[in-house]
Amino acid sequence: MDIDLSTTDVRTTNAALRALPAGTTARLVNPAGKHNLAVGLTEPITVEIDGTAGYYAGGLGKNATVLVRGTAGWGAGENLMSGLVQVDGDASQSLAASAHGGTIVVRGDASLRAGISLKGATVLVGGDVGDHCGFMAQAGTILIGGDAGRGLGDSLYEAVIYVAGKIKDLGADARIEDLTAEDVELIADLAKRHGFDHIDPENVKRVASAKQLYHWGSP
Amino acid sequence: MSYDDIRERARLGRYPIRGGGARRKIPTFDDLTFLTASASRYPLEGYREHCATRTVLGAKNARDPVVLEIPITIAGMSFGALSAQAKEALGRAASEVGTSTTTGDGGMTPEERMSSKTLVYQCLPSRYGFNPDDLRAADAIEIVLGQGAKPGGGGMLMGQKLGPRVAAMRTLPEGIDQRSACRHPDWTGPDDLLIKIEELREATGWRVPVFVKIGATRVYHDVRLAAVAGADVVVVDGMQGGTGATQDVFIEHTGIPTLAAVRQAADALADFPEVKLIVSGGIRSGADVAKALALGADAVSIGVAALVALGCNDTVHDFGPASYDDLGTTPGDCTACHTGGCPVGIATQSPGLAARLDPVRGAQRVANYLRALTMETTMLARACGKADVHHLEPEDLVALTVEAAAMARVPLAGTEWIPGR
Repeated sequence: MDIDLSTTDVRTTNAALRALPAGTTARLVNPAGKHNLAVGLTEPITVEIDGTAGYYAGGLGKNATVLVRGTAGWGAGENLMSGLVQVDGDASQSLAASAHGGTIVVRGDASLRAGISLKGATVLVGGDVGDHCGFMAQAGTILIGGDAGRGLGDSLYEAVIYVAGKIKDLGADARIEDLTAEDVELIADLAKRHGFDHIDPENVKRVASAKQLYHWGSP
Repeated sequence: MSYDDIRERARLGRYPIRGGGARRKIPTFDDLTFLTASASRYPLEGYREHCATRTVLGAKNARDPVVLEIPITIAGMSFGALSAQAKEALGRAASEVGTSTTTGDGGMTPEERMSSKTLVYQCLPSRYGFNPDDLRAADAIEIVLGQGAKPGGGGMLMGQKLGPRVAAMRTLPEGIDQRSACRHPDWTGPDDLLIKIEELREATGWRVPVFVKIGATRVYHDVRLAAVAGADVVVVDGMQGGTGATQDVFIEHTGIPTLAAVRQAADALADFPEVKLIVSGGIRSGADVAKALALGADAVSIGVAALVALGCNDTVHDFGPASYDDLGTTPGDCTACHTGGCPVGIATQSPGLAARLDPVRGAQRVANYLRALTMETTMLARACGKADVHHLEPEDLVALTVEAAAMARVPLAGTEWIPGR
């Protein structure tokens, strides 16, 4: 099923997507950067966005696969619970913000605060990420195929960030830890599954919390 | 600041943290009085003539607006800050009198959903436990930008209260001192907020209203921006608003009094008649409710007052061991919500302490309190000649102090003078 966003509004489009039975595929053509495309999906359907998506593409969803065949605006895959949101181009700020589950993949670069407040999802960025990637990320995995900007992993909790390229600097309470065999296995699996052949699993930095901000002491 | 306050800081080496709201004296609704009817106005019979209290919120965009029997709602307080028993009691009480309760930082529990006929689901900067399924199960959504006790600051929950269930709901390690984010992770500024509101509407099929809650600081501009961004309801929480845990310096030295905030907020919404206003922060009596409505609010929210009705600071109970003294606090002046050692089972995650609160009996006290507030409100409205509490207006009020006259922009009692006019 094709929905032409040059003639159909976002509200009607999302209502049509929510009505689709499991296993169906829909293509959104002429998205022209429209916001809130394919948000709040609940069924295992596939939605292809044939061009540029605006804010929150595939946000607040579960079970579905959302494929952006272009670039994405702020908050792609935000608060995702399960399923897949994939961006073929670059992603703007706050990629996968607070995502609880599922996988968010960006083949290009991601801007500021990728994986901010992450709560369990897996985030893969093939290229570089901007500053403050993983800010206050609580759980989940972030794998960066390129370089990371300033303040990487600031105020991390239990989430782990892997960086294949250079790190400009680390944020408060973030530290580089030794790579374990389990880390290598996980990275190899993720890289293989999503076609990130440029990542060498043995040659990746592991960034995690030093856990010095967990307590104030007694009140 | 007292010498004791200085000594406490000298001992801690950091800011003191506590629960509750601002303690110091600031202008309040007590500084206003009603000009009830006499020869020049016609009063309604207090016992026999009807005075409507029904309150509809969110009819602007939502398919299913929130319809409340009274203009008094229960403010957002989290499971985590409060025990499951306290949340259940508030839900039961609100449902009994036909009003709403609100979730808090940490998500929705099945108990509060089941006990609350009308439940407002908060979308906070932390997004702890934020789940689209719960979003769809809610009767309204409240995007929280700030609260009166700490506008510009994030939530806080000390490790003593981050037990297994609370930690799991928030995806945090058990026992850590939780410091929530103060900004939303996926938007900044009013232009983004507009898109965020639309996203939440899309995810809920435009079924329920979207509220935006702000801590009262630059009220006129913030409320206007929330309205432009598409909020159905703006909630303004004044500096007397309480909290489960925050830095004392934040509670006492940020924001503006509810009295000043309500008039600014009402002015900001003058061009948005379909956007409703809820005011909170220090509401205690039906007089406070009536005055807030007269100054332009459509409803009020109560937090601390509902907890006091539930038994907070109650001196009647004799719990034996682990009573106030044992827990290092004093009835009547207890703001130890942050320690988790709540002697009356409200602001705790200790199973033993929480068991002290019977949700059914507690709900009766809160329901009674809500009924009493409503009776007081309607009594004052009738005495002003109003057959609907929403017909109360600024003209019904005068101020007892110059400060209150300036903030509420009503005349000083016995004069025509409004400072600045």
